[in-house]
Amino acid sequence: MTHSFDDISAQLRRRHRKTRWLKGLSMGALGLAALFLVFFFTDMLIKGLPAFSQAQINVEVDYSEQASQLPMAAVSEDMRPLVSRGYLRLVPSRMRDNPELQGTTRSEWVLADSQVDQYLKGHHSKLSERDQALVDQLQAQGRAELRFNARFFTSGDSKMPELAGIASAAVGTMLTLLVTLAVAFPIGVMTAVYLEEFAPDNRVTQLIEININNLAAIPSILYGLLGLAIFINFFGVPRSSPLVGGLTLALMTLPVIIISTRTALRSVPDSIRHAGFGVGCSRWQVVRDHVLPLAMPGIMTGAIIGLAQAMGETAPLIIVGMVAFIPDISASFTEASTVMPAQIFTWSGEPERAFIEITSGGILVLLAILITMNTTAVVLRKRFERRW
Amino acid sequence: MNMNMSLNMSLNIPASHESLSSMNRPSSGEPVSRNLSDNHSLGVRVRDLDLWYGESQALKSISLDIYQNKITALIGPSGCGKSTFLRCLNRMNDLIPSVRIKGLVEMDGRDVNDSKMDEVALRRRVGMVFQKPNPFPKSIFENVAYAPRMHDIVSRKADVEALVESALRDAGLWEEVKDKLHQPGTSLSGGQQQRLCIARAIAVQPEVILMDEPTSALDPISTATIEDLMDRLKRRYSIITVTHNMQQAARIADYTAFFHLGEMVEYNDTKAMFSTPHTKKAEDYITGRYG
Repeated sequence: MTHSFDDISAQLRRRHRKTRWLKGLSMGALGLAALFLVFFFTDMLIKGLPAFSQAQINVEVDYSEQASQLPMAAVSEDMRPLVSRGYLRLVPSRMRDNPELQGTTRSEWVLADSQVDQYLKGHHSKLSERDQALVDQLQAQGRAELRFNARFFTSGDSKMPELAGIASAAVGTMLTLLVTLAVAFPIGVMTAVYLEEFAPDNRVTQLIEININNLAAIPSILYGLLGLAIFINFFGVPRSSPLVGGLTLALMTLPVIIISTRTALRSVPDSIRHAGFGVGCSRWQVVRDHVLPLAMPGIMTGAIIGLAQAMGETAPLIIVGMVAFIPDISASFTEASTVMPAQIFTWSGEPERAFIEITSGGILVLLAILITMNTTAVVLRKRFERRW
Repeated sequence: MNMNMSLNMSLNIPASHESLSSMNRPSSGEPVSRNLSDNHSLGVRVRDLDLWYGESQALKSISLDIYQNKITALIGPSGCGKSTFLRCLNRMNDLIPSVRIKGLVEMDGRDVNDSKMDEVALRRRVGMVFQKPNPFPKSIFENVAYAPRMHDIVSRKADVEALVESALRDAGLWEEVKDKLHQPGTSLSGGQQQRLCIARAIAVQPEVILMDEPTSALDPISTATIEDLMDRLKRRYSIITVTHNMQQAARIADYTAFFHLGEMVEYNDTKAMFSTPHTKKAEDYITGRYG
């Protein structure tokens, strides 16, 4: 029996309609996801970008004898509410460090109080009407303006929003990730090499494999409890330190690195291994000289993505005490420290209005670093990808 | 070995072929193994070799002698066990976990499957060239220099360079690559890559070279080049090659073994095999009735 083209087309129309419908649905899903992403980024940018500028005002600073005892005396009474108390507090120590300041009166750009900052940015502020008028007047005279907030990138946490910075958390994150990388990378890669290249395929290795895959899916807070129990309670590693945080995150990153390394090793074609064995390489020589170099881009990509994941992790670090208030930057593996997501978490709980933008600013910095890391991973993969 | 080589050359081999094949004429369908090594020196001696992949038996009681400085071709339809057999000779089957081997593969008076035999030492003396050219993703120079350096055959820079040059010359590749030794081996054409793999194999100065369908991925011109090369190389190495191409076996091989369903059905010198096969299966295969 033969079918005419019309018969077949009639049936095909239904099938084509289904295809179009599914295509539309998947495009809709993609569009929705993109919309959420755009919304999130716009919101973060609008809220966070103002954190990178900070109000400064030009005032007469009187480095008098009285000011070295009572810092408030350094500026005139009507200016006092406008100047950051954090700035005033440092006047005596600056006078001690720079004796030539003694007894002089200088006109200086100083850090404004966060309320002035909020007022200048058009947000709600608690300034009295008289102070608002004064700020308006200063602004008209060009003696009050928003300037780039370098302090945000160079100083540690503070209870005063105009003084708070992300630097101590950034240093803490760096130290923590260094520990994580130093521990998780070699152990993870060697574990994967053993499982993929040496281990016999039997019940025991299958059990290990299943467990590793499950470990990657465990809620991260449990790793925090594990870190608390093992590293702090058993080994006595100092609490809140980058060392304990890094070790805990290493536990969490290990399965990610193992799995990605195994995938990378598996993607190396067997013909390369055979070539190695064929010229009389031992198993280790095959792995070291031929398989690992080829798998390295994949391994590094996995490691970077694992680290990026660890970097954004907060929950396990809260458990090991890394949500401390750290005003000073300390470059030590054993001293109390905090990390960027924990810092953001702390800021998000602060009551003052100005902390909202600082929180968003911190998120922007974290996102920028994460995107940089992920881009590096992609570039590494592309750069070192070899054809064979 | 050198003594044997000179012995070989002094003998009139074609004449002896006649007498051997008539002496050794078996009844149809029986496995044939030539162990009349009166005029050739023995390279590899295989006796009653069985091999299983898990439960399925891939090689059934193979007995066969492989002579030095000859090309031995293994032919037969797909899945007949010829490649599996080839891999027994340098224990590449060790890499497959489910493989079980019984029987004797003897080289230089030693059982290669003996627990005391180090497979790395074996592969140093039994080189291999694979079906698909598989140069290391390194430079042409490194491809050749890697293994001799690893085996401490050479270590001084000048010696390494000399060895690389001579291996590439022996593989007939030197003239084509001498100006681009530091380009990746994978940048060469398929046929050049395969000759690079041959250079890599002979750089460690093996005695036996196994070739697993070395030309099946190549065009006819590259194939002819490799065949010429094999013909020259047999002066110094015993070559065992698997081939799907009957004409190729007829052109280059001194001896041909016909495998069928895991058994070695017939083994004879190539001329006899292709002119007057003793077994029906071999005759049918050679004349193209199946395969």
